[in-house]
Amino acid sequence: MSLIEITDVRKSFGPNEVLKGINLDVEPGEVIAIIGKSGSGKSTLLRCINGLETISDGSISVAGAQLLDDEAHLKALRLKVGMIFQQFNLFPHLTAGGNVMLSQMVVKKTPKPEAEEMARKMLERVGLDHKFDAYPDELSGGQQQRVAIARALAMQPIALLCDEITSALDPELVAEVLAVVRELAAEGMTLLMVTHEMRFARDVCSRVVFMHQGRVHEIGPPEEVFANPQTPELKQFLGVH
Amino acid sequence: MNYQFEFGWLFEYYPQIVKGIAITIQLIAVGAVAGISLGIVCAWVRALGPAWAKPVVAAYVELIRNTPFLIQLFFIFFGLPSLGLQLSELQAANLAMVVNLGAYSSEIIRAGIQATPKGQFEAGSSLAMTPFEIFRHVVLVPSLQRIWPALSSQVVIVMLGSAVVSQIAAEDLTFAANFIQSRTFRAFEAYMVSTAVYLLLAILLRQVLGMVGWLIFPRRAAR
Amino acid sequence: MIEFTIWDILRNLLLATRWTIALSLVSFIGGGLVGLALLFLRISRRKWARAVAKYYIELFQGTPLLMQLFIAFFGLGLFGIDVPAWLAAGVALILWSAAFLGEIWRGCVEAIAKGQWEASASLGMGRLQQMRYVILPQAMRIAVPPTVGFSVQVIKGTALTSIIGFVELSKAGTVVTNATFQPFTVYGLVALIYFALCWPLSKSSQILERKLNVAHRNH
Ligand SMILES: Nc1ncnc2c1ncn2[C@@H]1O[C@H](COP(=O)(O)OP(=O)(O)O)[C@@H](O)[C@H]1O
Ligand SMILES: [Mg+2]
Repeated sequence: MSLIEITDVRKSFGPNEVLKGINLDVEPGEVIAIIGKSGSGKSTLLRCINGLETISDGSISVAGAQLLDDEAHLKALRLKVGMIFQQFNLFPHLTAGGNVMLSQMVVKKTPKPEAEEMARKMLERVGLDHKFDAYPDELSGGQQQRVAIARALAMQPIALLCDEITSALDPELVAEVLAVVRELAAEGMTLLMVTHEMRFARDVCSRVVFMHQGRVHEIGPPEEVFANPQTPELKQFLGVH
Repeated sequence: MNYQFEFGWLFEYYPQIVKGIAITIQLIAVGAVAGISLGIVCAWVRALGPAWAKPVVAAYVELIRNTPFLIQLFFIFFGLPSLGLQLSELQAANLAMVVNLGAYSSEIIRAGIQATPKGQFEAGSSLAMTPFEIFRHVVLVPSLQRIWPALSSQVVIVMLGSAVVSQIAAEDLTFAANFIQSRTFRAFEAYMVSTAVYLLLAILLRQVLGMVGWLIFPRRAAR
Repeated sequence: MIEFTIWDILRNLLLATRWTIALSLVSFIGGGLVGLALLFLRISRRKWARAVAKYYIELFQGTPLLMQLFIAFFGLGLFGIDVPAWLAAGVALILWSAAFLGEIWRGCVEAIAKGQWEASASLGMGRLQQMRYVILPQAMRIAVPPTVGFSVQVIKGTALTSIIGFVELSKAGTVVTNATFQPFTVYGLVALIYFALCWPLSKSSQILERKLNVAHRNH
C-alpha cells in the first residue's frame, strides 16, 4: 500500500475543470517534484491533498485513511501531512518559537514545556535556534521560510507538501531553504514539492511529475524525464528540441 | 401577550404617511445636493484653500462630527432666533441636514483627494494649470469616484438620522407616525409601518445613489 | 422669575451627563458582546447563520435608531410589562451598536490574509482555534481605531433616548431651556459637553489609525 494514493481526482472551480483525473501513488520516503507551466493545476493538487480544497470527484487517501470533508477527518489528515506555502504564512503576532509551539499546544494539547523543547529542536534543525524570540518581520524571507518548515515539522507529519517554497525568495536566499529540504529528504521524509528548481529536482527527487492542463502528462525518474522527454509539451517546457 | 394587531387605520391615515414620506425625501434631496456641495468646498479649502480658512473649516467639521444631530437641530431651531435668525421648522430641518452632511462629506471627500497620486498634480502643473484648475478638472472627479460608496453610505445614514426632525415639528415620516399613534393609540403598528418605510427608503436611496454614480463618473477611469 | 446663572445651568447639565455616560458605557459594552456573537455568525461556515447575521445588520443599519427606540419602548410594552425608558433605551442601543460593531469587526477579520487561515488549517486547527489563536489576535489590532471611533456614534446615539423620556444630557437641555428661556446658551453648552466627551475619542481613533498605518508600512 502506498503512503499517499491519489485516484482519479477531479477538481472544478465553477465550469473550469482544473484537475482532470489525476492518478499518483507516493511511496514512503519518496521525494516527488511536480513541474509544469503556471496554471497547470500544481498548487490545486497539493491543496486538495491537504484538504484546503474539496475535490469534485475521485479519492485521496493518506496512510490508508480516506480524505473526507469533515472537521475530524480533516484534522486527522493534517496531522499526517504538513504544508509549506510560497508566502511563508507565518503568524505575525507570534515569535518564531511561538509559531512552532502554537499548533502543538492547541491541536495536540502538548504541554508548554514539551512544546517549547520541540520548538527549539525543530528550529535548530533548520539552523535558527538563535532566532527563537524573533518576530517574523525581523527575519529574512529565507529565515521565515525555514521557520515555516520547522513549524510543520513540529507536528511530526509523515509527509510534507511544498508549494513553490523558494519562489518568493531573493535568489541568494534560495540555497539555505533548499539545503534544509535536501536534509529532510536524506532523512527519509516523504516530500511532494512543486518547484521550478530543475537542478534541485534532478539531484534530490526520486520521481518527477510533469503536469499539463490538469493532467499528469509525463512521470518518471528525473534522469529519464529530463534527459529524454517524450511529449512535445515537456520538451517545450524544458526548452529542449 | 394578548395584543391584537390592527392595521385598519392605514386606510384613514395614509395621506399623512404619504406627506411624511414626501417631506423626508425632500429633506434628504436638499441635504444630499447642498451638503455634498458644501463638503466639496470644505474639502477644497482644507486641501488647497487660503491658510486662514483652514482652521475655520476644521473647527466646523470637528464640532459637527462630535455633537448629536438632535442638538444641532435644537440649536438651529431654538437657539438661533436669539441671534435674530428665525427659521420655520422645515427650513431649520433642511439647514441642519445640510450643515451635518457637509461636515461628514468634507472628511470623506478629503480622504479621496489625499489618495490622488502625486503625479496627477505634477502633470497638471506641467500643463500650466493653476491649482484651482487642477482641483476642478483633474483631481475632483476621480476623488469623488473613489469615495462614492462611502459618501453614499453617509447620505443613507443622514437620511435615517432625519427622523429626529419630527422633534421640532417638521412634518416628516416620523412626525406622521407620532401623529397617528397619538390618534389611534396603535403605537407599535404605526412605528412598525414607518420603520418598514424607512428601510425601503434606505434601500431605494442606495440604488439611486449607485445610479447617480454610474451616470456621473466615467466608466473606464475607475481607480 | 428666578435668574439662572451660567453655573446653575452647567451644573444641572453636568449632573445629567452622568446618565449619558452610563448609558453609553452600557450600550457600548453590551453592543460589543452581542456584536461579537454577530461576528461569529457572520463568518460562520453555516449558510443560515451568515444569513441571520446579514439580515440583522441590514435591518438595524437600514432603519432609524429613533424608530428602534420607539419600537423597543412600545413593543416591550406589548408583553404587559411597564417599560421604563432606561430599559427600552438600553435594549435598543445595545442591539443597534451590535449591528455596527459586528460589521466593523467582520471587516477587520476579512482584512487578515487568506494565508493565515490556510496555514493554521494545514496545521490541523479547527475553526474556533483558528479564530482564537491566529485570526482574532491580528484582527483586534486593526479593530481598535474603528471601534474607538464608533464609541463616538454611541455617545451621540444616546441623545435620542431623550425622545422616549430618558433623562440624560439632551433631555436636561430641554428641561433647563424650558425653565430659563435661554436656548442659545443652554443648547450651546449641551453641544460643548457632547463635544468634550466625543472629541478625545475621535482624536484618539485617528491617532491610533495613523500609528497602525505607520506600523504597517514598516513591516
Ligand atoms: N480558488 C480558485 N477559484 C477559481 N479558480 C482557481 C482557484 N484556484 C486556482 N484556480 C484556477 O485553477 C487553475 C490552476 O491553478 P493552480 O493550481 O494555482 O496552477 P499552478 O499552481 O500550476 O500555477 C488556474 O487556471 C487558476 O486560475
Ligand atoms: Mg501555483
